[in-house]
Amino acid sequence: MAQIWKLLKSAPPTAVFGMVVIVLYIFIAVFGPMLTPYGESEIVGSQFIPRGEQGFILGTDNLGRDMLTRLIYGARNTIGIAFVTTCLAFLIGGVLGLLATTLGGWADQLLGRLVDVLMAIPILIFALLILTITGTSVPVLILVIAVLDSTRVFRLARSVSMNIVVLDFVEAARLRGEGTWWIITREILPNSMPPLVAEFGLRFCFVFLFISALSFLGLGIQPPTADWGSMVRDNATLITYGDITPLLPAAAIALLTVGVNFVVDWFLHKTSGIRDDK
Amino acid sequence: MTSKNGASGEVLLEMRGLRIEGQSEDQWNEIVHGVDVTLRRGEVLGLIGESGAGKSTIGIASMGFARPGCRISGGSIVFEGMDLRAASDEQLRKLRGSRIAYVAQSAAAAFNPAHKLIDQYTETPVQHGVKHKGEAEKEAMELYRRLRLPDPENIGFRYPHQVSGGQLQRAMTAMAMACRPDLIVFDEPTTALDVTTQIEVLAAIKDVVHEFNTAAIYITHDLAVVAQMADRIMVLRYGDLVEEGNARDMLANPKEDYTRQLLAVRSYKKEEAPPDESPVPLLEVRNVTASYGGKVTVLEDVSVKVGRGRTVAVVGESGSGKSTLARVITGLLPPSEGSILFDGEELPASYKRRSRDQLRHAQMIYQMPDTALNPRQKIRDIIGRPVSFYLGLKGAAREKRIRELLAMIEMDPDEFIDRLPGELSGGQKQRICIARALAAEPELIICDEVTSALDQLVAEEILKLLQRLQDELGVTYLFITHDLATVRAISDEVVVMLQGKVVEQGGKADIFTPPHDPYTDLLLSSVPEMDPDWLDALLADRAARKARGEKVMDSAGQ
Repeated sequence: MAQIWKLLKSAPPTAVFGMVVIVLYIFIAVFGPMLTPYGESEIVGSQFIPRGEQGFILGTDNLGRDMLTRLIYGARNTIGIAFVTTCLAFLIGGVLGLLATTLGGWADQLLGRLVDVLMAIPILIFALLILTITGTSVPVLILVIAVLDSTRVFRLARSVSMNIVVLDFVEAARLRGEGTWWIITREILPNSMPPLVAEFGLRFCFVFLFISALSFLGLGIQPPTADWGSMVRDNATLITYGDITPLLPAAAIALLTVGVNFVVDWFLHKTSGIRDDK
Repeated sequence: MTSKNGASGEVLLEMRGLRIEGQSEDQWNEIVHGVDVTLRRGEVLGLIGESGAGKSTIGIASMGFARPGCRISGGSIVFEGMDLRAASDEQLRKLRGSRIAYVAQSAAAAFNPAHKLIDQYTETPVQHGVKHKGEAEKEAMELYRRLRLPDPENIGFRYPHQVSGGQLQRAMTAMAMACRPDLIVFDEPTTALDVTTQIEVLAAIKDVVHEFNTAAIYITHDLAVVAQMADRIMVLRYGDLVEEGNARDMLANPKEDYTRQLLAVRSYKKEEAPPDESPVPLLEVRNVTASYGGKVTVLEDVSVKVGRGRTVAVVGESGSGKSTLARVITGLLPPSEGSILFDGEELPASYKRRSRDQLRHAQMIYQMPDTALNPRQKIRDIIGRPVSFYLGLKGAAREKRIRELLAMIEMDPDEFIDRLPGELSGGQKQRICIARALAAEPELIICDEVTSALDQLVAEEILKLLQRLQDELGVTYLFITHDLATVRAISDEVVVMLQGKVVEQGGKADIFTPPHDPYTDLLLSSVPEMDPDWLDALLADRAARKARGEKVMDSAGQ
């Protein structure tokens, strides 16, 4: 405990900022319903009430719903779905990547080429295509994005573990007669954690942005569920009147992305032993 | 080398109270504690010590430089009246390469692979404005000739990967000589080379340094090498000076215990084990031919027998196929022809098809203990895994066995059982590797260069430990090594390999007494001895025998 505290104290201001942002977002996401005065899609007034008027701190949206409430619920939905998707992407990509290096040979070739094919198709177009065919629901959304993003995780897991699988202790385990699963989970995985953890943070940002982008295009999280991407779209017309309300959900997205990146930077710096040059 | 003008010449370099600090985590620790070094013009100073002695750090400091992560924190460095610590970067830049040059341990890593050797040679004199390119090229050829590189007119126009390791090291020495510096720092220039190649490089360096009356700092861990090269020797340990003196005097008459230990390091010899009486050898390699990818044949018709309870040393230089032989025996590289018999029973070619018991009987110890242990596992788990995997011990019985094994390798169980490999020294790590092999209760242990990554004193302790374990447990060793001192120390039988074939094999006494096969002769005679006149005498002897028309090999494969 004391060690963790010491580590946190040595963090640079950017990382502290990032951590504060992340903790704040998590807090809001978890306790969202208790913090909001209204329901998620409750219509509380007339359309487009300006900020600060009639007791609506951020005004109301195109259907007369409270912007602040929607923003808080949006955090809950977008972050939650992005987190689950990232976990799934890491499960698929990570396991297959480590399996590819450990088995080598044709297994590596097969998985590698499969990933090449998936990566050759632009991810956004591919996702739009599948979501149009299957229809949009949250499980399908999670699955599609997780599979598409797992290709990147696969590549990273494979290249990181490639350097470990050739080390003598892995050879020693093979010669001992250990099974593939033991070698992956006990010998290789613990030694490839730092880059994978860092990638988890970055991947989370990308998934998060991607979900927002899909929602903005109307194929992500469906109304009336509050979501930052669709909130930008719904209120986009306001920007032509010089009202910055649609930028608020966009800012919420940007702030979290920046925060996560700061923390990942610091973490990578700590674990990879890169030092600042004077 | 004993240069007549060396000892009395004017002082070229003087370092007083040199202190250097190294960074670890967030703090600075002193790694060199106030060492004085004086070097006269034309003198060769040998810096000797084990790893962590600070010898390279001191050598580099003579150029007013400290590696990244290190800093010179105290003392003075005066080169020809110029204070290098106070000198500006521009002044130092002018000095380095032209007045003080550096030869690194790994020439292969120090050369830029994208440029020809001669272009890299001419870069320094042209940069410093000493010579024009054409002039420098002519000189390079002359130096290549003096360093006895083959085809000196054309070799410079090759790329680094097109010449051998020994040639590259000499090309690098030529490069250091390019501006006729007053001082050259040689940082373990022959450590990465084979013994037969080392001779050529040592002789070449010695000649050239002598001829141009260049002062040199020669850094090495090998006292026998430094005996050939240096006028004066400084023995260092943990960043402190242990002993300093004239090379001949020190070798004949060391004053400090530590120096004596270093000198005695190659004297350990085991008693020969009784011959194996049983009709079936424990391990038999029968007519094995193996290749990588079916193209390059690395082993050709190799047959080796290893008797129960004996130690067989497989000796050869890089590329001889000795490590490939280990891979074939363990089943990592299935041979294209031939078979491996264990206790009279043929083993499946690939380790994947061997039973758990077959795998258990032959264990392996690796060259690099750093990479042979999983850095994320505690000692308990590392040693405990084979105990539970092969022998099925659990809980308290497993714990008891782990502690027994730690005691067997002379490490205190209470102190070490919960440590990670990163918290151990190199020798301790190798002991853990031995314990891990023993945990399987094997009959055969294959030792692949187990001492070559260790300091000499530590290596000797490991050899003694292995021997004691053999005496107690009756385990059989197959020892793969390039180091003849190790062979002398530990083997009962010797197999000499060259380019994938067995050149000679037999009992240790047979191999080490003449007449030899020509290659065995070359190999044996190339091992440096502590006698300062050894190199000159050896070269004279080889030349004389050649003149008489005897068949003498100069280097492997000729």
